Amino acid sequence: MTAVTDAPAPAAPPPATQRMLRAEGLLRARELGIVIAIVVVFALTTLNNHAFAHTHSVQQLLTGASLIALLTVGETLVIITRNVDLSVGSVVGLSAYVVGDVFVHHPHTPVIVGFLLGTLIGAAVGAINGLITTVARVPSLVVTLAALYIIRGIDAVIVNGKRIDPVNVPSAFTAVGYETVLGVPWLAIIVAAVVAIAGYAMRSFRSARDLYAIGSNPEAAALAGVPAGRRVFSAFLISGALAGFAGALFLAEFATVDATGGAGYELLVVAAVVVGGVAIFGGSGTVLGAALGAVLLNTINQALVASRISSFWNQAIAGALLLAAIAFDRWLGLRVARRLKSAEGAHRDV
Amino acid sequence: MSETHTVLPDQAPTLATAGGEPSAPPPWRALLRWESGLVLVLVATLIFAGSNTENFFDQTDIFYIGLNMGEIAIMALPLTLIVMTGEIDLSVASMLGLSGTLMGYLFQHGWNIYLAMAVALAVGALGGALNGVLVTKLGLPSIAVTIGTLTLFRGIAEIILGTSSVTGFPLSLTKIGVAPIQGTQISYSVAIFIGLALICAVVLHATPLGRSIVAIGLQSEAAHFAGIRVNRIKFWLYVISGLVCALAGILFTLKNASARYDAGTGLELNVVAIVLFGGVSIFGGRGSVAGVVLSVVIVGCLQQALTQMHVDAQVQNIVLGGLLLVSVIVPNGAEAMRRIRARVRPQARPPARAALDPSPPISNGRGSA
Repeated sequence: MTAVTDAPAPAAPPPATQRMLRAEGLLRARELGIVIAIVVVFALTTLNNHAFAHTHSVQQLLTGASLIALLTVGETLVIITRNVDLSVGSVVGLSAYVVGDVFVHHPHTPVIVGFLLGTLIGAAVGAINGLITTVARVPSLVVTLAALYIIRGIDAVIVNGKRIDPVNVPSAFTAVGYETVLGVPWLAIIVAAVVAIAGYAMRSFRSARDLYAIGSNPEAAALAGVPAGRRVFSAFLISGALAGFAGALFLAEFATVDATGGAGYELLVVAAVVVGGVAIFGGSGTVLGAALGAVLLNTINQALVASRISSFWNQAIAGALLLAAIAFDRWLGLRVARRLKSAEGAHRDV
Repeated sequence: MSETHTVLPDQAPTLATAGGEPSAPPPWRALLRWESGLVLVLVATLIFAGSNTENFFDQTDIFYIGLNMGEIAIMALPLTLIVMTGEIDLSVASMLGLSGTLMGYLFQHGWNIYLAMAVALAVGALGGALNGVLVTKLGLPSIAVTIGTLTLFRGIAEIILGTSSVTGFPLSLTKIGVAPIQGTQISYSVAIFIGLALICAVVLHATPLGRSIVAIGLQSEAAHFAGIRVNRIKFWLYVISGLVCALAGILFTLKNASARYDAGTGLELNVVAIVLFGGVSIFGGRGSVAGVVLSVVIVGCLQQALTQMHVDAQVQNIVLGGLLLVSVIVPNGAEAMRRIRARVRPQARPPARAALDPSPPISNGRGSA
């Protein structure tokens, strides 16, 4: 990974294209690796407990991963620019409660308004995070850590010890949380659509490629005329909006929210993003990989439950896996760096 | 063409502030300003507390503030040193939980309590060593590593105790949760904190090791070429962090007279917030132990005052977050204003243009750029 960012601009085009191809192949291998890991975990668990492959169980698997997978999309954009957004968990909680509160007071609010409202709340927080980070040039880790606390506090003021109960949420809204189309849960379809759109944009849009440029080499990006401030702001805006949207989905999925909704999600999301192969220092990684990382972590959690291994093992295994994933990434990066270096040397000698 | 011209001069100040070009006088002045600012905040906090609550300055309050803040404060000290090198340790609260859990488990199985404590401390050092090896030997980003060990340590604690809890610790030890040190109003954890803070302050500000830590944070590669054993220092800082957090875990368990696997869940962000509010730069190389101590006192007093005013604990988060935000915006804000003015004058451009702070969340990535 570092290899790709470190490589100086080559004089001749052929090695550059080659390098791009190789880098792309690597990324693809990464996603393939996660998919294989998911399949292996799934297969082993199913051998052990046939109920794991039942439709209902698989649906649960998809639903369970959806929220975190959605959050990884925005987080990936932010991390690719060498920033981080720790406020997502609090935004989920705030958005979920406010949307629920609207339904309590105005039971006939259309479903779509609920989702729009949640998204807007998140976008507002994302805009503030982005503005402070870019205008005041303050490290985003600190800004979004502060936002994590402030938003959770504001949430607590609004919640004021109350709770949204399932009876208060319109059934048309909660239907999004549990209904399926051709056996696929709505939640998974929505999240897959977001991942597909974001994945396409990150491959093909110039503005999205700018995010990679900023994360790979900020100075070079600035010299190349990349409007870094605007791009980073957009990344935070999108991350916030998706977190707000995820909050509305949280309400749809669980139908009950108190002041702790979404608490602790931020680290789950960052963990999934890292497992998904996004470099924590920016410049590389894909939305699809990150979302698959979320699916993998969730599959392992569920597999432990299905294997009747005490759920107490969940966290330890997730932690070990995370460490293994980043160590593996590093090993891969070093290998590629060595190969690139020797290839470059050979090229120069000729 | 014009792009290059407008951006280039703008990059220089960015590097100087975020990257920490070692220009001698400004950091010192900024440091002085920052701590005097904290003193002002502390005075304001005390005035606020005094006028909004009854008997704030009662001695019991001092004890309870200490009791509430003690473990967080203790964990903030090694973290300060780690952040000074430009790394981070997010596993501190999980180590607190693991150490308390382990001590409780061993005690429950008939071990001598002091032996159990020793094992907990050893495991703390071991866990810190794991962080250290992953960060220094494998060269992995510390933020990712310690999110991993955050989950791992907590997970191991969960395996050990499950949802059960251990009680029945000797009263002679659990009294630290209800009584201050005899003849004073200081809790035991605060006494330990004061001792450790003094050691940290001397080490950081008055020894070659401390200066090395600062040098690593300012410019890791330059420090390496200057003969500083960057990796060795970082490794031992992680070991110390693990050890001290294990100690905090023991204190936390005895204070509550019960060991649970989820003790102190989520405290890592509180500890980070306190360190950053204390003026330690997240990019390393800048900060002081005095600032962190002031930060601990301010947050402790404020929490106590707000609790006495019946402000919900969750709502108090707004204050903590607000302080954190102010603490980074104020020093950077003045510079940002200057920049914006300088930018607006020659050609009217939106200020956000090249305003990205390109530095990564923590300093490692800077090396490759």
